[in-house]
Amino acid sequence: MLRYFAALIAPLAAFFCPGPAAADGAGFALTEIAPGVYAHQGEISLMTRENLGAIANLGAIVGDEAVAVIDTGGSLAQGEAFLAALREKTQKPIRYVINTHAHPDHVFGNGAFVETGAIFVGHKNLPRALGVRGAHYLAAFRQIMGDALDGVTIVAPTLTVADSATLDLGGREIALRAWRTAHSEADLTALDAKTGTLFAGDLLFLRHVPVVDGSLLGFLDVADRLAGVKAERVVPGHGPLVAPWPKALDDERAYLTRLTAGLRAAIKNGESVKDAAQTVGAEERGKWSLFDDYHARNVTAGFAELEWEGP
Amino acid sequence: MSRTRAARAAILLAAVLASSARAETSAPDPWPGLVTDIFQGREIASADGIVSLDAPKRAEDAAIAPMTLRFADPAKVKAATLVIDQNPMPMAARFTFGEKAGVDFIETRVRVNSYTNVHAAAETRDGRLHADVKFVKASGGCSAPAGKDPDEALANMGKMKYRAFKAAAAGRREAQIMIRHPNNSGLQMDPITHAYTPAHYVDSVEVWQGDELIFRMEGGISLSEDPNFRFSYAPNGAKTMRVVAHDNKGGVYTGEWPIADAS
Repeated sequence: MLRYFAALIAPLAAFFCPGPAAADGAGFALTEIAPGVYAHQGEISLMTRENLGAIANLGAIVGDEAVAVIDTGGSLAQGEAFLAALREKTQKPIRYVINTHAHPDHVFGNGAFVETGAIFVGHKNLPRALGVRGAHYLAAFRQIMGDALDGVTIVAPTLTVADSATLDLGGREIALRAWRTAHSEADLTALDAKTGTLFAGDLLFLRHVPVVDGSLLGFLDVADRLAGVKAERVVPGHGPLVAPWPKALDDERAYLTRLTAGLRAAIKNGESVKDAAQTVGAEERGKWSLFDDYHARNVTAGFAELEWEGP
Repeated sequence: MSRTRAARAAILLAAVLASSARAETSAPDPWPGLVTDIFQGREIASADGIVSLDAPKRAEDAAIAPMTLRFADPAKVKAATLVIDQNPMPMAARFTFGEKAGVDFIETRVRVNSYTNVHAAAETRDGRLHADVKFVKASGGCSAPAGKDPDEALANMGKMKYRAFKAAAAGRREAQIMIRHPNNSGLQMDPITHAYTPAHYVDSVEVWQGDELIFRMEGGISLSEDPNFRFSYAPNGAKTMRVVAHDNKGGVYTGEWPIADAS
């Protein structure tokens, strides 16, 4: 009887409790963090069917003539919700969709913006990264997210940035900068010069443990150089909506520095990569969310990178 | 045992091996087909203490999952094969050991595309096969079984590194051989041109102490970028460690080092 009742209730509950990102944009929070600069905060979580992959921070910058979108979310549904919410703020044409890198939580919503006619913009390595990883991401996240992945397509950039570039939105210039391999092989940042708002993509993690999917030493180096960018505030790829600059980099740099030192010691001691994954950097556990989901992976990748150091 | 009974026992054993590791998907188990393709359908007994596989419960990084094959009595083992059942090219590596090499463990790193059983099958010198199996969960998040920095991998291709370690037992040595190579899978499509990157991977590695073979490895695209082998062996007094590696495009890479005191 109880089971029968539960079976009856379940579909009703689904009907009355739509996911966090309903496609009409109503459930999609888009906050004006500086004049003409909007941001959406992702939840600190892994991508799931329930959260529609809505885990990354997203943004939009509105110029006199046009709009630039920064990342599109972790599913077509989230991308559509973002577009709907943005349309409630402005009707100006979306001229650019900037992808900060190739990871699914940042690009799976791209398809929602194709019909806007926007030009997709990315790091010069982004087409290759999507080519190498796209099919794997679609298959892997189909298993994890099921029908929440429906409609997701891989949309590659047609405007790529090798070093730096400026996008004009009419009375508003966006400075793009492509970085060496760091968080990933295709990291791109976007700076709104008018308000000094930096969209750092996943070159900046706050609260969410940093993820190294490119180069540990590259990430450390880029974090150092990023600190020299003149800005008032930053939108991290994951974490709070907005954070003070450049202080926001402190925790991440401390984590990467400690990880590097721990790995060098483990390698010098002749530890195996498997043992190092259990021990190196464990003292950082209490400081970060999702530590158990990503830290051992960072150690593994960092080990394979750093064991080539020295003679 | 009659032929039919032997065959039936083999099927039963294969089934037991497969079920001893958890299968989380409803997809058909590829292992019986792999036994046909890789081992010509030969009977494969349980590990029986001959071989054991250390595998992580989860591939933390889909591109770099460490796997260790251990042999209780290395003198008995002629060859060993590491199979990642659900990968596009399941046979990751086949190791053939020198007769007196005494390799009692060998660790390498593989790509893990999805939830999968991993098999380590050892062939003894009397021609029997024994296999251990572990179930490995796929990596989550944005991890992919791809290279981290393809430009750097290509720029450094062919560089090698040798390290010596303090061996656990007296009269033995432990070493590591690392080879820079992108080990491209050829499964990578350019989203704009729809062209596939041609496969480019290390397909054989030989490691010698003096003029005696320690092991020969035949491998494929399931091995991680920068193929990496850590192993123990019985020293024969030779002064140098020598490596010859080949890739599928005809590349030949060699290295030779004085056998170092353990670091």
